Amino acid sequence: MRVDLEIIRSWIAPNSRVLDLGCGDGSLMAMLRGDGHTCVGLEIDADNIQTCVDKGLSVIEQDLDLGLPNFADKCMDMVVMTQTLQAVHYPDKVLLELLRVGREGVVAFPNFGNWRCRYYLGFRGRMPVSKFMPYSWYDTPNIHFCTILDFEQLCADLGISIVERMVVDEQGHSDWLTSSMPNLFGTTAIYKIRK
Amino acid sequence: MTDHNAPTSVGIVTPQVAQFNEPLALSNGGELPQYQLVYETYGELNADKSNAVLICHALSGHHHAAGYHSEEDKRPGWWDHYIGPNKPIDTNKFYVIALNNLGGCHGSTGPNTINPATGKLWGSDFPVLRVRDWVNSQAKLLDYLGVEKLAAVVGGSLGGMQAMRWTLEYPDRVGACVVVASAMQLSSQNIAFNNIARSAISRDPEWHDGHFYSVDSKPRTGLSLARKIAHVTYLSDDVMGERFGRELKSGDFTLGTRSDYEFQVESYLDHQGATFAEAFDANTYMLMTRALDYFDLAREYDDDPVKAFSHAKCPFLVISFTTDWRFSPERSREIVQALLAAGRPVTYADIDSNFGHDAFLLPNPRYEGLFRSFMNNVANSLRGDA
Repeated sequence: MRVDLEIIRSWIAPNSRVLDLGCGDGSLMAMLRGDGHTCVGLEIDADNIQTCVDKGLSVIEQDLDLGLPNFADKCMDMVVMTQTLQAVHYPDKVLLELLRVGREGVVAFPNFGNWRCRYYLGFRGRMPVSKFMPYSWYDTPNIHFCTILDFEQLCADLGISIVERMVVDEQGHSDWLTSSMPNLFGTTAIYKIRK
Repeated sequence: MTDHNAPTSVGIVTPQVAQFNEPLALSNGGELPQYQLVYETYGELNADKSNAVLICHALSGHHHAAGYHSEEDKRPGWWDHYIGPNKPIDTNKFYVIALNNLGGCHGSTGPNTINPATGKLWGSDFPVLRVRDWVNSQAKLLDYLGVEKLAAVVGGSLGGMQAMRWTLEYPDRVGACVVVASAMQLSSQNIAFNNIARSAISRDPEWHDGHFYSVDSKPRTGLSLARKIAHVTYLSDDVMGERFGRELKSGDFTLGTRSDYEFQVESYLDHQGATFAEAFDANTYMLMTRALDYFDLAREYDDDPVKAFSHAKCPFLVISFTTDWRFSPERSREIVQALLAAGRPVTYADIDSNFGHDAFLLPNPRYEGLFRSFMNNVANSLRGDA
Protein backbone atom coordinates (compact mmCIF):
# COMPACT_ATOMS: atom_id res chain seq x y z
CA MET A 1 0.00 0.00 0.00
CA ARG A 2 1.46 3.35 -1.00
CA VAL A 3 1.56 5.54 2.10
CA ASP A 4 0.89 8.75 0.19
CA LEU A 5 -2.37 7.24 -1.03
CA GLU A 6 -3.38 6.35 2.53
CA ILE A 7 -2.76 9.91 3.68
CA ILE A 8 -4.74 11.37 0.76
CA ARG A 9 -7.56 8.98 1.52
CA SER A 10 -7.80 10.30 5.07
CA TRP A 11 -8.07 13.89 3.79
CA ILE A 12 -11.16 13.43 1.64
CA ALA A 13 -14.60 14.17 3.09
CA PRO A 14 -17.22 11.40 2.79
CA ASN A 15 -19.17 11.02 -0.46
CA SER A 16 -16.96 13.38 -2.41
CA ARG A 17 -16.87 13.81 -6.16
CA VAL A 18 -13.19 13.22 -6.90
CA LEU A 19 -11.18 13.94 -10.05
CA ASP A 20 -7.78 12.24 -10.27
CA LEU A 21 -5.36 14.02 -12.61
CA GLY A 22 -2.89 11.54 -14.07
CA CYS A 23 -4.65 8.65 -12.35
CA GLY A 24 -2.13 6.03 -13.50
CA ASP A 25 -3.34 2.48 -13.01
CA GLY A 26 -6.26 3.69 -10.88
CA SER A 27 -4.94 2.46 -7.51
CA LEU A 28 -6.07 5.59 -5.68
CA MET A 29 -9.44 5.73 -7.44
CA ALA A 30 -10.12 2.07 -6.67
CA MET A 31 -9.38 2.77 -3.00
CA LEU A 32 -11.55 5.89 -2.97
CA ARG A 33 -14.38 4.11 -4.75
CA GLY A 34 -14.28 1.56 -1.95
CA ASP A 35 -14.66 4.45 0.49
CA GLY A 36 -17.87 5.50 -1.26
CA HIS A 37 -16.54 8.42 -3.30
CA THR A 38 -17.48 9.01 -6.93
CA CYS A 39 -14.29 9.12 -8.97
CA VAL A 40 -13.19 9.93 -12.47
CA GLY A 41 -9.60 9.92 -13.64
CA LEU A 42 -7.70 11.61 -16.44
CA GLU A 43 -4.83 9.68 -17.98
CA ILE A 44 -2.78 9.80 -21.14
CA ASP A 45 -1.06 6.40 -21.12
CA ALA A 46 -2.90 3.69 -23.07
CA ASP A 47 -1.84 0.81 -20.80
CA ASN A 48 -2.89 2.71 -17.69
CA ILE A 49 -6.26 3.52 -19.27
CA GLN A 50 -6.77 -0.16 -20.06
CA THR A 51 -5.90 -1.10 -16.46
CA CYS A 52 -8.40 1.44 -15.12
CA VAL A 53 -11.14 0.05 -17.38
CA ASP A 54 -10.21 -3.48 -16.27
CA LYS A 55 -10.91 -2.29 -12.72
CA GLY A 56 -14.26 -0.86 -13.78
CA LEU A 57 -13.14 2.71 -13.15
CA SER A 58 -14.20 5.82 -15.06
CA VAL A 59 -11.23 7.17 -16.96
CA ILE A 60 -10.92 9.83 -19.64
CA GLU A 61 -8.05 9.97 -22.11
CA GLN A 62 -6.88 13.54 -21.75
CA ASP A 63 -3.65 15.56 -21.83
CA LEU A 64 -3.35 17.68 -18.68
CA ASP A 65 -1.12 20.12 -20.52
CA LEU A 66 -4.17 21.20 -22.52
CA GLY A 67 -5.94 22.24 -19.32
CA LEU A 68 -9.32 21.07 -18.09
CA PRO A 69 -11.66 23.03 -20.41
CA ASN A 70 -14.20 20.20 -20.23
CA PHE A 71 -14.76 20.75 -16.51
CA ALA A 72 -16.83 23.55 -15.03
CA ASP A 73 -15.63 25.73 -12.15
CA LYS A 74 -15.81 23.96 -8.77
CA CYS A 75 -17.63 20.95 -10.23
CA MET A 76 -15.52 18.58 -8.10
CA ASP A 77 -15.27 18.34 -4.32
CA MET A 78 -11.68 17.22 -4.58
CA VAL A 79 -9.10 17.12 -7.33
CA VAL A 80 -6.08 14.95 -6.62
CA MET A 81 -2.78 14.79 -8.46
CA THR A 82 -0.19 12.31 -7.24
CA GLN A 83 3.30 11.95 -8.75
CA THR A 84 2.18 13.91 -11.79
CA LEU A 85 3.11 17.56 -11.14
CA GLN A 86 6.70 16.94 -12.22
CA ALA A 87 5.57 15.41 -15.53
CA VAL A 88 3.45 18.26 -16.90
CA HIS A 89 4.68 21.08 -19.12
CA TYR A 90 3.05 23.89 -17.14
CA PRO A 91 2.86 22.94 -13.44
CA ASP A 92 1.67 26.45 -12.48
CA LYS A 93 -1.20 26.41 -14.96
CA VAL A 94 -2.16 22.87 -14.02
CA LEU A 95 -2.31 23.88 -10.33
CA LEU A 96 -4.57 26.82 -11.14
CA GLU A 97 -6.81 24.60 -13.28
CA LEU A 98 -6.88 22.03 -10.48
CA LEU A 99 -8.25 24.59 -8.05
CA ARG A 100 -10.59 26.14 -10.58
CA VAL A 101 -12.29 22.76 -11.06
CA GLY A 102 -11.99 21.50 -7.47
CA ARG A 103 -13.18 23.09 -4.25
CA GLU A 104 -10.02 21.58 -2.76
CA GLY A 105 -6.97 19.87 -4.13
CA VAL A 106 -4.40 17.34 -3.05
CA VAL A 107 -0.98 17.32 -4.69
CA ALA A 108 1.76 14.78 -4.01
CA PHE A 109 5.17 15.02 -5.64
CA PRO A 110 8.74 13.75 -5.16
CA ASN A 111 10.88 16.23 -3.24
CA PHE A 112 13.95 17.09 -5.26
CA GLY A 113 15.43 18.84 -2.21
CA ASN A 114 15.95 15.44 -0.53
CA TRP A 115 19.50 14.86 0.68
CA ARG A 116 20.04 11.97 -1.75
CA CYS A 117 19.34 14.26 -4.69
CA ARG A 118 21.62 16.90 -3.20
CA TYR A 119 24.35 14.30 -2.69
CA TYR A 120 24.05 13.01 -6.26
CA LEU A 121 24.20 16.47 -7.73
CA GLY A 122 26.50 18.10 -5.16
CA PHE A 123 29.11 15.39 -4.63
CA ARG A 124 28.87 13.14 -7.65
CA GLY A 125 27.93 15.92 -10.03
CA ARG A 126 25.32 13.74 -11.71
CA MET A 127 21.58 14.07 -12.10
CA PRO A 128 19.95 11.89 -9.44
CA VAL A 129 18.79 8.40 -10.34
CA SER A 130 17.17 6.30 -7.63
CA LYS A 131 14.47 3.79 -6.96
CA PHE A 132 12.01 6.66 -6.75
CA MET A 133 13.34 8.45 -9.80
CA PRO A 134 14.65 5.63 -11.96
CA TYR A 135 14.91 7.54 -15.24
CA SER A 136 17.95 8.99 -16.97
CA TRP A 137 17.81 12.73 -17.55
CA TYR A 138 17.36 12.40 -21.32
CA ASP A 139 14.60 9.86 -21.18
CA THR A 140 12.23 10.76 -18.39
CA PRO A 141 8.60 11.78 -18.17
CA ASN A 142 9.64 13.96 -15.23
CA ILE A 143 10.54 17.33 -16.67
CA HIS A 144 9.72 19.74 -13.83
CA PHE A 145 11.25 18.62 -10.55
CA CYS A 146 10.88 20.96 -7.60
CA THR A 147 11.70 21.05 -3.91
CA ILE A 148 9.30 21.54 -1.04
CA LEU A 149 10.45 25.16 -0.75
CA ASP A 150 9.94 25.71 -4.48
CA PHE A 151 6.42 24.35 -4.31
CA GLU A 152 5.47 26.47 -1.32
CA GLN A 153 6.88 29.55 -3.03
CA LEU A 154 4.80 28.80 -6.14
CA CYS A 155 1.66 28.41 -4.02
CA ALA A 156 2.37 31.78 -2.39
CA ASP A 157 2.91 33.40 -5.81
CA LEU A 158 -0.33 31.92 -7.14
CA GLY A 159 -2.38 32.86 -4.06
CA ILE A 160 -2.94 29.21 -3.19
CA SER A 161 -3.38 28.41 0.52
CA ILE A 162 -1.84 25.30 1.99
CA VAL A 163 -4.36 23.62 4.28
CA GLU A 164 -2.35 20.54 5.23
CA ARG A 165 1.13 19.24 4.59
CA MET A 166 2.57 15.79 5.16
CA VAL A 167 6.12 14.85 4.28
CA VAL A 168 7.27 11.24 4.31
CA ASP A 169 10.56 9.43 3.77
CA GLU A 170 11.44 6.64 1.39
CA GLN A 171 9.65 4.08 3.55
CA GLY A 172 6.60 6.32 3.63
CA HIS A 173 7.10 7.19 7.27
CA SER A 174 6.88 10.53 8.92
CA ASP A 175 9.31 11.04 11.81
CA TRP A 176 11.15 13.85 13.59
CA LEU A 177 13.60 14.19 10.68
CA THR A 178 10.95 14.63 8.01
CA SER A 179 8.98 16.92 10.33
CA SER A 180 11.85 19.15 11.40
CA MET A 181 13.74 19.24 8.10
CA PRO A 182 11.23 18.16 5.47
CA ASN A 183 13.06 19.66 2.51
CA LEU A 184 16.19 17.70 3.40
CA PHE A 185 14.77 14.39 4.59
CA GLY A 186 11.38 14.16 2.88
CA THR A 187 11.05 11.94 -0.20
CA THR A 188 7.43 12.64 -0.99
CA ALA A 189 5.49 15.79 -0.10
CA ILE A 190 1.72 15.77 0.07
CA TYR A 191 -0.32 18.95 0.25
CA LYS A 192 -3.96 19.78 0.66
CA ILE A 193 -4.54 23.14 -1.03
CA ARG A 194 -7.31 25.64 -1.65
CA LYS A 195 -7.84 28.87 -3.52
CA MET B 1 -11.09 -19.70 -46.84
CA THR B 2 -13.62 -18.56 -44.31
CA ASP B 3 -13.91 -19.39 -40.66
CA HIS B 4 -17.54 -20.47 -40.28
CA ASN B 5 -16.49 -22.99 -37.68
CA ALA B 6 -13.88 -20.89 -35.91
CA PRO B 7 -14.36 -20.98 -32.14
CA THR B 8 -14.71 -17.18 -32.13
CA SER B 9 -17.43 -17.11 -34.81
CA VAL B 10 -21.15 -17.26 -34.08
CA GLY B 11 -21.25 -19.61 -37.08
CA ILE B 12 -24.25 -19.91 -39.40
CA VAL B 13 -27.08 -17.56 -38.45
CA THR B 14 -30.60 -17.18 -39.78
CA PRO B 15 -32.44 -13.87 -39.96
CA GLN B 16 -35.84 -13.73 -38.24
CA VAL B 17 -38.82 -11.51 -38.93
CA ALA B 18 -40.96 -9.80 -36.31
CA GLN B 19 -44.35 -8.57 -37.52
CA PHE B 20 -46.04 -5.68 -35.69
CA ASN B 21 -49.69 -4.97 -36.32
CA GLU B 22 -50.03 -2.14 -33.81
CA PRO B 23 -49.36 1.25 -35.41
CA LEU B 24 -46.08 2.99 -34.61
CA ALA B 25 -46.42 6.72 -33.89
CA LEU B 26 -43.71 8.63 -35.75
CA SER B 27 -41.91 11.87 -34.89
CA ASN B 28 -43.34 13.55 -37.98
CA GLY B 29 -46.83 13.26 -36.46
CA GLY B 30 -47.87 10.37 -38.68
CA GLU B 31 -47.79 6.68 -38.05
CA LEU B 32 -46.87 3.41 -39.65
CA PRO B 33 -50.03 1.27 -39.43
CA GLN B 34 -48.05 -1.96 -39.42
CA TYR B 35 -44.45 -2.91 -39.99
CA GLN B 36 -41.96 -5.68 -39.81
CA LEU B 37 -38.42 -5.78 -38.54
CA VAL B 38 -35.86 -8.31 -39.67
CA TYR B 39 -33.29 -9.23 -37.04
CA GLU B 40 -30.69 -11.74 -35.97
CA THR B 41 -29.73 -12.87 -32.49
CA TYR B 42 -26.50 -14.42 -31.26
CA GLY B 43 -25.97 -16.13 -27.92
CA GLU B 44 -28.67 -17.19 -25.45
CA LEU B 45 -31.03 -15.04 -23.43
CA ASN B 46 -30.39 -15.94 -19.79
CA ALA B 47 -33.05 -17.04 -17.31
CA ASP B 48 -33.70 -13.59 -15.87
CA LYS B 49 -33.50 -12.04 -19.36
CA SER B 50 -30.90 -9.55 -18.23
CA ASN B 51 -28.08 -10.20 -20.71
CA ALA B 52 -29.43 -8.68 -23.94
CA VAL B 53 -27.24 -6.33 -25.95
CA LEU B 54 -28.76 -4.29 -28.76
CA ILE B 55 -26.57 -3.45 -31.76
CA CYS B 56 -27.62 -0.27 -33.59
CA HIS B 57 -26.38 -0.08 -37.14
CA ALA B 58 -24.91 2.81 -39.08
CA LEU B 59 -25.91 4.32 -42.42
CA SER B 60 -25.39 1.31 -44.65
CA GLY B 61 -25.64 -1.39 -41.99
CA HIS B 62 -28.30 -4.01 -41.33
CA HIS B 63 -29.29 -6.94 -39.16
CA HIS B 64 -26.46 -9.20 -40.29
CA ALA B 65 -23.83 -8.07 -37.78
CA ALA B 66 -22.01 -11.36 -37.17
CA GLY B 67 -21.57 -14.88 -38.49
CA TYR B 68 -22.47 -16.29 -41.90
CA HIS B 69 -25.72 -17.03 -43.66
CA SER B 70 -24.54 -20.27 -45.23
CA GLU B 71 -21.52 -22.50 -45.65
CA GLU B 72 -20.94 -20.82 -49.00
CA ASP B 73 -21.16 -17.30 -47.55
CA LYS B 74 -17.78 -15.67 -48.07
CA ARG B 75 -18.12 -12.59 -45.90
CA PRO B 76 -19.26 -12.47 -42.28
CA GLY B 77 -21.60 -9.86 -40.80
CA TRP B 78 -20.45 -6.25 -40.68
CA TRP B 79 -19.27 -6.25 -37.04
CA ASP B 80 -17.98 -9.81 -36.88
CA HIS B 81 -14.63 -8.60 -35.50
CA TYR B 82 -16.41 -7.51 -32.35
CA ILE B 83 -19.30 -9.94 -31.86
CA GLY B 84 -18.83 -13.63 -31.14
CA PRO B 85 -17.61 -16.14 -28.53
CA ASN B 86 -14.76 -14.51 -26.56
CA LYS B 87 -14.93 -11.37 -28.66
CA PRO B 88 -15.54 -7.96 -27.03
CA ILE B 89 -19.30 -8.47 -27.26
CA ASP B 90 -19.01 -12.02 -26.01
CA THR B 91 -21.87 -14.24 -27.15
CA ASN B 92 -20.98 -16.70 -24.38
CA LYS B 93 -22.15 -14.01 -21.98
CA PHE B 94 -24.60 -11.90 -23.93
CA TYR B 95 -27.73 -12.36 -26.00
CA VAL B 96 -27.01 -10.06 -28.90
CA ILE B 97 -29.82 -8.53 -30.98
CA ALA B 98 -29.06 -6.90 -34.32
CA LEU B 99 -31.83 -5.58 -36.54
CA ASN B 100 -32.36 -3.80 -39.80
CA ASN B 101 -33.85 -0.42 -38.97
CA LEU B 102 -37.18 0.78 -40.30
CA GLY B 103 -36.70 2.44 -43.67
CA GLY B 104 -33.85 0.05 -44.39
CA CYS B 105 -33.57 -2.07 -47.48
CA HIS B 106 -32.60 -5.45 -46.08
CA GLY B 107 -35.99 -6.84 -45.16
CA SER B 108 -37.47 -4.44 -42.61
CA THR B 109 -40.40 -2.24 -43.66
CA GLY B 110 -38.98 0.49 -45.85
CA PRO B 111 -39.23 2.27 -49.19
CA ASN B 112 -38.78 -0.97 -51.13
CA THR B 113 -41.69 -2.71 -49.40
CA ILE B 114 -45.42 -2.53 -50.13
CA ASN B 115 -47.45 0.41 -48.88
CA PRO B 116 -50.66 -1.30 -47.70
CA ALA B 117 -52.69 1.81 -48.58
CA THR B 118 -51.79 1.68 -52.27
CA GLY B 119 -50.66 -1.88 -52.81
CA LYS B 120 -47.53 -0.49 -54.43
CA LEU B 121 -43.96 -0.05 -53.22
CA TRP B 122 -43.58 2.96 -50.94
CA GLY B 123 -40.67 4.56 -52.79
CA SER B 124 -40.07 8.13 -51.71
CA ASP B 125 -43.57 8.26 -50.14
CA PHE B 126 -42.19 6.28 -47.21
CA PRO B 127 -42.58 8.39 -44.07
CA VAL B 128 -39.68 10.58 -43.03
CA LEU B 129 -37.96 8.94 -40.05
CA ARG B 130 -35.87 10.28 -37.22
CA VAL B 131 -33.40 8.43 -34.99
CA ARG B 132 -36.04 8.51 -32.27
CA ASP B 133 -38.40 6.48 -34.48
CA TRP B 134 -35.77 3.80 -34.83
CA VAL B 135 -35.26 3.74 -31.07
CA ASN B 136 -39.02 3.42 -30.50
CA SER B 137 -39.31 0.58 -33.00
CA GLN B 138 -36.28 -1.14 -31.44
CA ALA B 139 -38.07 -0.92 -28.07
CA LYS B 140 -41.06 -2.70 -29.67
CA LEU B 141 -38.70 -5.42 -30.88
CA LEU B 142 -37.39 -5.87 -27.33
CA ASP B 143 -40.98 -6.21 -26.08
CA TYR B 144 -41.56 -8.82 -28.77
CA LEU B 145 -38.44 -10.73 -27.65
CA GLY B 146 -39.41 -10.50 -23.99
CA VAL B 147 -36.49 -8.26 -23.04
CA GLU B 148 -37.42 -5.61 -20.51
CA LYS B 149 -33.98 -4.18 -19.88
CA LEU B 150 -30.86 -4.19 -22.05
CA ALA B 151 -27.52 -5.02 -20.47
CA ALA B 152 -26.12 -2.60 -23.02
CA VAL B 153 -26.97 -0.66 -26.13
CA VAL B 154 -24.09 -0.35 -28.56
CA GLY B 155 -23.57 1.57 -31.76
CA GLY B 156 -21.00 3.21 -34.01
CA SER B 157 -21.52 6.38 -36.05
CA LEU B 158 -25.28 6.74 -36.75
CA GLY B 159 -25.64 3.68 -34.50
CA GLY B 160 -24.01 5.63 -31.67
CA MET B 161 -26.67 8.30 -32.08
CA GLN B 162 -29.35 5.66 -31.59
CA ALA B 163 -27.50 4.27 -28.56
CA MET B 164 -27.35 7.73 -26.95
CA ARG B 165 -31.00 8.40 -27.76
CA TRP B 166 -31.89 5.12 -26.05
CA THR B 167 -30.38 6.32 -22.78
CA LEU B 168 -32.58 9.44 -22.83
CA GLU B 169 -35.83 7.91 -24.09
CA TYR B 170 -35.69 4.65 -22.13
CA PRO B 171 -33.24 5.29 -19.27
CA ASP B 172 -34.69 2.44 -17.19
CA ARG B 173 -34.26 -0.06 -20.00
CA VAL B 174 -30.52 0.48 -20.53
CA GLY B 175 -27.75 -0.90 -18.29
CA ALA B 176 -24.80 0.55 -20.21
CA CYS B 177 -24.12 2.45 -23.41
CA VAL B 178 -21.25 2.18 -25.88
CA VAL B 179 -20.87 5.07 -28.35
CA VAL B 180 -18.19 4.61 -31.00
CA ALA B 181 -17.10 7.29 -33.50
CA SER B 182 -20.29 9.25 -33.12
CA ALA B 183 -21.55 12.77 -32.41
CA MET B 184 -24.41 14.58 -30.69
CA GLN B 185 -25.15 16.30 -33.98
CA LEU B 186 -23.65 16.46 -37.44
CA SER B 187 -21.43 19.36 -38.36
CA SER B 188 -22.29 21.63 -41.24
CA GLN B 189 -19.51 19.96 -43.24
CA ASN B 190 -21.11 16.57 -42.62
CA ILE B 191 -24.50 17.79 -43.78
CA ALA B 192 -22.81 19.25 -46.85
CA PHE B 193 -21.35 15.86 -47.77
CA ASN B 194 -24.75 14.26 -47.33
CA ASN B 195 -26.28 16.96 -49.52
CA ILE B 196 -23.82 16.21 -52.31
CA ALA B 197 -24.61 12.51 -52.00
CA ARG B 198 -28.36 13.15 -52.20
CA SER B 199 -27.90 15.49 -55.17
CA ALA B 200 -26.00 12.76 -56.98
CA ILE B 201 -28.99 10.45 -56.51
CA SER B 202 -31.76 12.93 -57.25
CA ARG B 203 -30.08 14.15 -60.45
CA ASP B 204 -29.76 10.68 -61.84
CA PRO B 205 -32.42 10.44 -64.63
CA GLU B 206 -33.22 6.96 -63.32
CA TRP B 207 -34.30 8.37 -59.95
CA HIS B 208 -37.85 9.16 -61.08
CA ASP B 209 -38.54 11.09 -57.90
CA GLY B 210 -37.96 7.96 -55.88
CA HIS B 211 -40.46 5.83 -57.81
CA PHE B 212 -37.95 4.08 -60.00
CA TYR B 213 -39.26 0.62 -59.02
CA SER B 214 -42.42 1.08 -61.10
CA VAL B 215 -40.39 1.70 -64.22
CA ASP B 216 -38.13 -1.22 -63.36
CA SER B 217 -35.12 0.99 -63.04
CA LYS B 218 -32.53 2.04 -60.45
CA PRO B 219 -30.46 5.23 -60.05
CA ARG B 220 -27.22 3.25 -60.07
CA THR B 221 -25.07 6.11 -61.29
CA GLY B 222 -26.29 8.50 -58.62
CA LEU B 223 -26.18 5.98 -55.80
CA SER B 224 -22.71 4.81 -56.70
CA LEU B 225 -21.48 8.40 -56.88
CA ALA B 226 -23.07 9.09 -53.49
CA ARG B 227 -21.27 6.08 -52.06
CA LYS B 228 -17.96 7.10 -53.58
CA ILE B 229 -18.17 10.53 -51.98
CA ALA B 230 -19.12 9.07 -48.61
CA HIS B 231 -16.47 6.37 -48.84
CA VAL B 232 -13.70 8.93 -49.25
CA THR B 233 -14.90 10.69 -46.12
CA TYR B 234 -14.82 7.43 -44.17
CA LEU B 235 -11.14 6.89 -44.96
CA SER B 236 -8.12 8.96 -43.99
CA ASP B 237 -5.55 10.48 -46.29
CA ASP B 238 -2.98 8.19 -44.60
CA VAL B 239 -4.79 4.96 -45.26
CA MET B 240 -5.58 5.84 -48.87
CA GLY B 241 -1.92 6.69 -49.38
CA GLU B 242 -0.86 3.40 -47.84
CA ARG B 243 -3.37 1.30 -49.70
CA PHE B 244 -3.29 2.89 -53.15
CA GLY B 245 -0.58 5.52 -53.23
CA ARG B 246 -0.30 6.87 -56.75
CA GLU B 247 -0.13 3.45 -58.32
CA LEU B 248 -1.43 3.18 -61.84
CA LYS B 249 -3.97 0.51 -62.66
CA SER B 250 -2.50 0.12 -66.13
CA GLY B 251 -0.38 2.00 -68.64
CA ASP B 252 2.36 4.38 -67.60
CA PHE B 253 2.72 8.00 -66.61
CA THR B 254 4.01 9.08 -70.02
CA LEU B 255 1.09 7.94 -72.08
CA GLY B 256 -1.74 7.28 -69.67
CA THR B 257 -4.25 4.67 -70.76
CA ARG B 258 -7.30 6.78 -71.53
CA SER B 259 -9.34 4.38 -69.50
CA ASP B 260 -11.99 5.36 -66.97
CA TYR B 261 -9.65 4.66 -64.15
CA GLU B 262 -5.98 5.07 -64.53
CA PHE B 263 -5.06 5.13 -60.85
CA GLN B 264 -5.62 2.24 -58.47
CA VAL B 265 -7.67 4.40 -56.15
CA GLU B 266 -10.09 5.21 -58.98
CA SER B 267 -10.62 1.57 -59.75
CA TYR B 268 -11.21 0.83 -56.07
CA LEU B 269 -13.74 3.62 -55.66
CA ASP B 270 -15.63 2.67 -58.80
CA HIS B 271 -15.86 -0.89 -57.60
CA GLN B 272 -17.08 0.22 -54.17
CA GLY B 273 -19.68 2.51 -55.72
CA ALA B 274 -20.94 -0.06 -58.21
CA THR B 275 -21.21 -2.83 -55.62
CA PHE B 276 -23.07 -0.58 -53.24
CA ALA B 277 -25.45 0.66 -55.94
CA GLU B 278 -26.50 -2.91 -56.68
CA ALA B 279 -27.03 -3.89 -53.05
CA PHE B 280 -28.54 -0.76 -51.55
CA ASP B 281 -31.73 1.19 -52.08
CA ALA B 282 -31.52 4.84 -53.11
CA ASN B 283 -34.64 5.79 -51.12
CA THR B 284 -33.14 4.23 -48.00
CA TYR B 285 -29.96 6.20 -48.62
CA MET B 286 -31.98 9.43 -48.83
CA LEU B 287 -33.92 8.56 -45.68
CA MET B 288 -30.92 7.51 -43.60
CA THR B 289 -28.81 10.55 -44.51
CA ARG B 290 -31.73 12.82 -43.64
CA ALA B 291 -32.11 11.13 -40.26
CA LEU B 292 -28.39 11.71 -39.70
CA ASP B 293 -28.64 15.38 -40.66
CA TYR B 294 -31.60 16.04 -38.40
CA PHE B 295 -30.28 14.18 -35.38
CA ASP B 296 -29.65 16.61 -32.54
CA LEU B 297 -29.36 14.94 -29.17
CA ALA B 298 -30.10 18.06 -27.13
CA ARG B 299 -32.60 19.96 -29.28
CA GLU B 300 -35.58 19.16 -27.12
CA TYR B 301 -33.55 19.71 -23.95
CA ASP B 302 -33.09 23.46 -24.54
CA ASP B 303 -30.06 22.65 -26.70
CA ASP B 304 -28.26 21.71 -23.52
CA PRO B 305 -26.51 18.33 -23.79
CA VAL B 306 -25.91 18.29 -20.03
CA LYS B 307 -29.64 18.59 -19.44
CA ALA B 308 -30.19 15.85 -22.02
CA PHE B 309 -27.73 13.42 -20.42
CA SER B 310 -29.06 14.15 -16.94
CA HIS B 311 -31.94 11.85 -18.03
CA ALA B 312 -29.55 8.96 -18.66
CA LYS B 313 -28.90 6.51 -15.84
CA CYS B 314 -26.16 4.23 -17.10
CA PRO B 315 -22.38 4.21 -17.48
CA PHE B 316 -20.97 5.08 -20.92
CA LEU B 317 -17.98 4.03 -22.97
CA VAL B 318 -17.12 6.62 -25.63
CA ILE B 319 -14.51 5.87 -28.27
CA SER B 320 -13.09 7.92 -31.12
CA PHE B 321 -10.31 7.36 -33.65
CA THR B 322 -7.42 9.74 -34.23
CA THR B 323 -7.75 10.00 -38.02
CA ASP B 324 -11.57 10.07 -38.17
CA TRP B 325 -12.44 13.41 -39.72
CA ARG B 326 -16.08 12.60 -40.47
CA PHE B 327 -16.89 12.06 -36.77
CA SER B 328 -13.79 13.62 -35.29
CA PRO B 329 -12.46 12.95 -31.76
CA GLU B 330 -13.62 16.47 -30.88
CA ARG B 331 -17.26 15.37 -31.36
CA SER B 332 -16.68 12.48 -28.96
CA ARG B 333 -15.03 14.81 -26.44
CA GLU B 334 -18.18 16.94 -26.52
CA ILE B 335 -20.21 13.88 -25.60
CA VAL B 336 -17.78 13.10 -22.78
CA GLN B 337 -17.85 16.65 -21.48
CA ALA B 338 -21.65 16.65 -21.35
CA LEU B 339 -21.71 13.26 -19.64
CA LEU B 340 -19.19 14.39 -17.03
CA ALA B 341 -21.12 17.56 -16.32
CA ALA B 342 -24.30 15.49 -16.01
CA GLY B 343 -22.50 13.32 -13.46
CA ARG B 344 -22.69 10.14 -15.51
CA PRO B 345 -19.88 7.58 -15.24
CA VAL B 346 -17.97 7.71 -18.50
CA THR B 347 -14.80 6.25 -19.94
CA TYR B 348 -13.28 7.76 -23.05
CA ALA B 349 -10.39 6.76 -25.28
CA ASP B 350 -9.10 8.21 -28.52
CA ILE B 351 -7.74 5.20 -30.37
CA ASP B 352 -4.72 5.50 -32.63
CA SER B 353 -5.74 4.31 -36.06
CA ASN B 354 -4.97 5.17 -39.67
CA PHE B 355 -8.34 4.01 -40.90
CA GLY B 356 -10.42 7.16 -40.43
CA HIS B 357 -14.10 6.70 -39.65
CA ASP B 358 -14.03 3.10 -40.92
CA ALA B 359 -11.80 2.22 -37.96
CA PHE B 360 -14.88 1.47 -35.87
CA LEU B 361 -15.53 -1.62 -38.00
CA LEU B 362 -11.95 -2.87 -38.20
CA PRO B 363 -9.70 -4.92 -35.92
CA ASN B 364 -7.61 -2.81 -33.55
CA PRO B 365 -6.02 -4.29 -30.41
CA ARG B 366 -6.49 -1.23 -28.20
CA TYR B 367 -10.10 -0.63 -29.25
CA GLU B 368 -10.78 -4.33 -28.76
CA GLY B 369 -9.14 -4.40 -25.32
CA LEU B 370 -11.12 -1.47 -23.93
CA PHE B 371 -14.37 -2.63 -25.50
CA ARG B 372 -13.88 -6.15 -24.13
CA SER B 373 -13.02 -4.93 -20.65
CA PHE B 374 -16.00 -2.54 -20.50
CA MET B 375 -18.37 -5.29 -21.67
CA ASN B 376 -16.87 -7.72 -19.13
CA ASN B 377 -17.72 -5.22 -16.41
CA VAL B 378 -21.27 -5.05 -17.78
CA ALA B 379 -21.49 -8.87 -17.65
CA ASN B 380 -20.09 -8.94 -14.12
CA SER B 381 -22.56 -6.32 -12.92
CA LEU B 382 -25.39 -8.56 -14.20
CA ARG B 383 -24.19 -11.34 -11.96
CA GLY B 384 -24.05 -8.81 -9.12
CA ASP B 385 -27.70 -7.94 -9.72
CA ALA B 386 -28.84 -11.53 -9.63
